[in-house]
Amino acid sequence: MRKLLKTVFLVDLIQGLWVTLRNQHPKHIYTEQYPAQRPKIAERYRGAPRLNIHPVSGETLCIACNLCALACPENLIVVTSERNEQTRRKELTTFIYDTSRCMFCGLCEDACPVDALELTQDFELASYTRDGAIWDRQMLEEGPKPTRYRY
Amino acid sequence: MPETTFLDANELVLNMGPQHPSTHGVLRVILKLDGEKIRGTECVIGYLHRGVEKIGENRTYQMFAPYVDRMDYVAAVSNGLGYCLAVEKLLNTEAPPRAQVVRVILTELNRIASHLLWLGTHALDIGAITPLFYVMREREEILNIFEAYCGARLTTHAFRCGGLQYEVYDGMEQQAKRFCKAFLPRVDEYEELLSENRIWKERLINVGILTGDECKQYGVTGPVLRAAGVKWDIRKALPYSGYEKYDFEIPTRQNGDTYDRYMVRIQEMRQSVRIVEQAVEDIPSGPIMAKVGKIVKPPVGEAYVSIEAPKGELGYFIVSDGSTQPYRLRVRPPSFINLQALERMSRGALVADVVAIIGTIDIVLGEIDR
Repeated sequence: MRKLLKTVFLVDLIQGLWVTLRNQHPKHIYTEQYPAQRPKIAERYRGAPRLNIHPVSGETLCIACNLCALACPENLIVVTSERNEQTRRKELTTFIYDTSRCMFCGLCEDACPVDALELTQDFELASYTRDGAIWDRQMLEEGPKPTRYRY
Repeated sequence: MPETTFLDANELVLNMGPQHPSTHGVLRVILKLDGEKIRGTECVIGYLHRGVEKIGENRTYQMFAPYVDRMDYVAAVSNGLGYCLAVEKLLNTEAPPRAQVVRVILTELNRIASHLLWLGTHALDIGAITPLFYVMREREEILNIFEAYCGARLTTHAFRCGGLQYEVYDGMEQQAKRFCKAFLPRVDEYEELLSENRIWKERLINVGILTGDECKQYGVTGPVLRAAGVKWDIRKALPYSGYEKYDFEIPTRQNGDTYDRYMVRIQEMRQSVRIVEQAVEDIPSGPIMAKVGKIVKPPVGEAYVSIEAPKGELGYFIVSDGSTQPYRLRVRPPSFINLQALERMSRGALVADVVAIIGTIDIVLGEIDR
């Protein structure tokens, strides 16, 4: 009998609709208005790679040890260096990082002994060309410059 | 010999997928129909094949860890745990206690995230759109924890062979606790929306029945098996990563139909919350990485480790020839083996039920095709 009444008065459906109604309140809005509203990115986020430079002298921190290239599962880092005849030290000449193949696993930044290579919080990596996804040393040091739209 | 007309052409072969939204990816199911009734089904898989096992043979042990995240991308943390445990077994080491507890927290959160996504998409297949939005809202909280912990939301690469790479961030315990506290009423809310709903019940009860014996014959594991009344959970049966320390139950149901599988997964989310709450309470201090060299070079041998992934038994079998790369790596993906039961479950069902049955197996095509 109770079951019949419940069926007739659509108790189960009203119960569900009540849940939906409860969640209608504007304080329950969770959608992020993305380009206008910037997302909060975690500190450890693994995004665009960056080659760190010394904050004062502006020289690269990279010692061209090639460990990142060896750690990379996709073999997408190419480091070239030449030996400085005076100081007898290796100096970085080019650093190529193919972001189109990168899966942002973070193994290169773990391998780096001097914290020169780092995955940053930048996440807007889109480019109009395929070549644009292959980053050279300058790009890696400066970081991506996505268009910021104003609202 | 009776005269045949086009009306007698009562068997129809219909392709469902690979672009069908209800096949959860690029699964193609060839249906043999008699009117609305299913006479037989055949799955065509391989549209997402990337040769992950072969890639594993060409990468070092550490390098392969990010690739396992891309198999079951909904439960990337569980995949990573299974792989790391297999490599640790080969190396004959064990992660330190602190690492084990953090692993348990993250995998259980991942189980909740995976079940949530399953619930949302499954409900969407049946025709209930609302749960999807609520479910995504809760999943976002879990993904935020992942992002803050290891820097990625979906393909996390959270664990390393031998322990963890990242130390627990400040406030992770509080964030996990806050999530657990807020999450339990949310589960009740989903149940309020669905469990008693007459449409939901009509569509699910007695659809896609798979009995316990049939499950065992097909090798089906996970919630599908538990919904058929078999109390089998690797976390209890063969505890790994310190699961024996936690107090939780294995939810089971008797009928083995689609509704029971839904109920089992809902209960499992509650049990996972219980585990997370217990684990967060006391995270032991100490190192997070076992003594594993920079170059992982396990001795000659083989190891098989299986864990309870959200979808069932996830196994990794690694053969080592003593070099830095695996000689052979084989994955036992739960979805692939659970999918084999689709033929049995959908026989005699209606076309609309096939959607419900595919949804209830909880498949991820990245894992099936590898």
